[in-house]
Amino acid sequence: MSAVEITNISKAFNLGSSNQVDALTDINLSIASGEFVSLIGPSGCGKSTLLRLIANLIEPTSGNLVVNGKSAKQARLDQDYGMAFQQSGLFEWRTVAKNIELPLELKGWDKAKRQERALEMLELVKLSDFANHYPWQLSGGMQQRVAIARALAVHPSLLLMDEPFGALDEMTREHMQSELLSICRASGTTVVFVTHSIPEAVYLSNRVVVMSPRPGRVTEIVDVSIEGERNDATRDNAAFFKGITAVREALRGVEMSDHVRGIEDR
Amino acid sequence: MTTETTMKKSEATRRVRRALLFVLSLLLVAGVWEIYKTVGPEAGGKIFGWKLLPRSNNHAMPHVWDMLTRYSRPELRGSDRKIWSVVLAGAWFSFRLALVGFAIGATLGLGLSILMARFKIAERGILPYLVVSQTVPLIALAPLVVSWGGKLHIAGWTWPRWMSAAVLGAFLAFFPVAVGALKGLTSAPSASLELMDSYAASWWQTLRKLRFPAAIPFIVPSLKLAASASVIGVVVAEISTGLKGGIGRLIIEYAREATSDPAKVFTAVFGAAVLGLAMSGFVTLADMYMMRNRPKEASA
Repeated sequence: MSAVEITNISKAFNLGSSNQVDALTDINLSIASGEFVSLIGPSGCGKSTLLRLIANLIEPTSGNLVVNGKSAKQARLDQDYGMAFQQSGLFEWRTVAKNIELPLELKGWDKAKRQERALEMLELVKLSDFANHYPWQLSGGMQQRVAIARALAVHPSLLLMDEPFGALDEMTREHMQSELLSICRASGTTVVFVTHSIPEAVYLSNRVVVMSPRPGRVTEIVDVSIEGERNDATRDNAAFFKGITAVREALRGVEMSDHVRGIEDR
Repeated sequence: MTTETTMKKSEATRRVRRALLFVLSLLLVAGVWEIYKTVGPEAGGKIFGWKLLPRSNNHAMPHVWDMLTRYSRPELRGSDRKIWSVVLAGAWFSFRLALVGFAIGATLGLGLSILMARFKIAERGILPYLVVSQTVPLIALAPLVVSWGGKLHIAGWTWPRWMSAAVLGAFLAFFPVAVGALKGLTSAPSASLELMDSYAASWWQTLRKLRFPAAIPFIVPSLKLAASASVIGVVVAEISTGLKGGIGRLIIEYAREATSDPAKVFTAVFGAAVLGLAMSGFVTLADMYMMRNRPKEASA
């Protein structure tokens, strides 16, 4: 069964008014269970909008969206997915453990079960010693790890991430990418990942969806075939560079038709 | 853990220093007062034709030690009640009224802010009236509240006289809380609101888990304003409703004796100042409790 099935989705903001913005037109995408898919493209190509549509934070103007075999809204109500943003969005008045417990509280779990799960999650992101710290006592990378632990706390089958490592420095970022991959490998989670960075997209993904702006649409889907388990050595792998070249060329096609902004080509 | 102990120690020294500075500032004011009394004109003076300089004679400006020693003498000639105990009892009476007014005002303010945060229409409909309400002079409102209260008889319960003063305190106190809390409740970042949406959290859950905690740094300063406003409301209400027993009433009574006993009115004025300090101290304690786990930069 596919985790996400997107059929002919369009999204327009300010529909019918003079400043109507066609954010997405006629998107078709099928994401298999356990797959890691990145959305990449210049600013304004609607990649974040697409992620928010899957999360049912906004409604599509037209088209059909199925998440985990049900409507996107039902999937949200059932907390079928976890979500992480560029800003960790931790609540500063809650300890690290309590932040991770938040989605469980809202699901009505009892206290003992919540605490047990929070500890389990902290172990997963290697922050067990920081359970009773407050977010502002942690570094940016640690905060982002807590946010990922929070997103994974309900053991969702789907993880939606909007540039989660965008605010981190390059070293932390590469480290977090490897950790994210090992977490997903262990849990079999499907991931939809929005990014600005070509190497990040290629390193993480099975498929990279290249999008173009005005109106937002999918121009190409690049298959990344890197043999074996991905680790730091992968970054020197020929297949990795091949993937980068392929995505870059796909983006260049975008550039010909429109000015490309906000792409990190490192 | 050594760093934590040193941090606590420096926190303690900072507090001692702050207390010393407070005492020093009191001494400084007393010193300036006395210096002006020696160099200032007895009958007041003019600057560029404007009558600006206050009179420095003992009727207008009693000596600091006269004011202080007045506390240990009886309130009235022949009475055995020392004035300090009268002022203290008055301040305590008003403090309780201010506390009741503060509690009513803060609750009302919070309730209104939640209503306004929940319904945009409520904000548009209510907020202008809140602003207008604060332009009504308290003196004009006081007799109305007394007469409305006097007509209230609910199941054997009658409106006590002091309640009018507390309500007028609340009338001044609710406004900063309503405005501050509204700002706080709408301050939650949109990413956090989206996060709560992604959890399919209800509006009330979002209020409890996100909006309200996010509003605390806005609510705390508004409570400080409300605390001093409730004191002002109660003191003015005591004067304009003629309520006996409080510090406001003492100020009025003692002011009448200003010619024969000029130091007396100052004992009551200082009593009112102490009352205000006590009230703001009470709120500061609440502040420290509510902000104990927040990043220190944010609490400044």
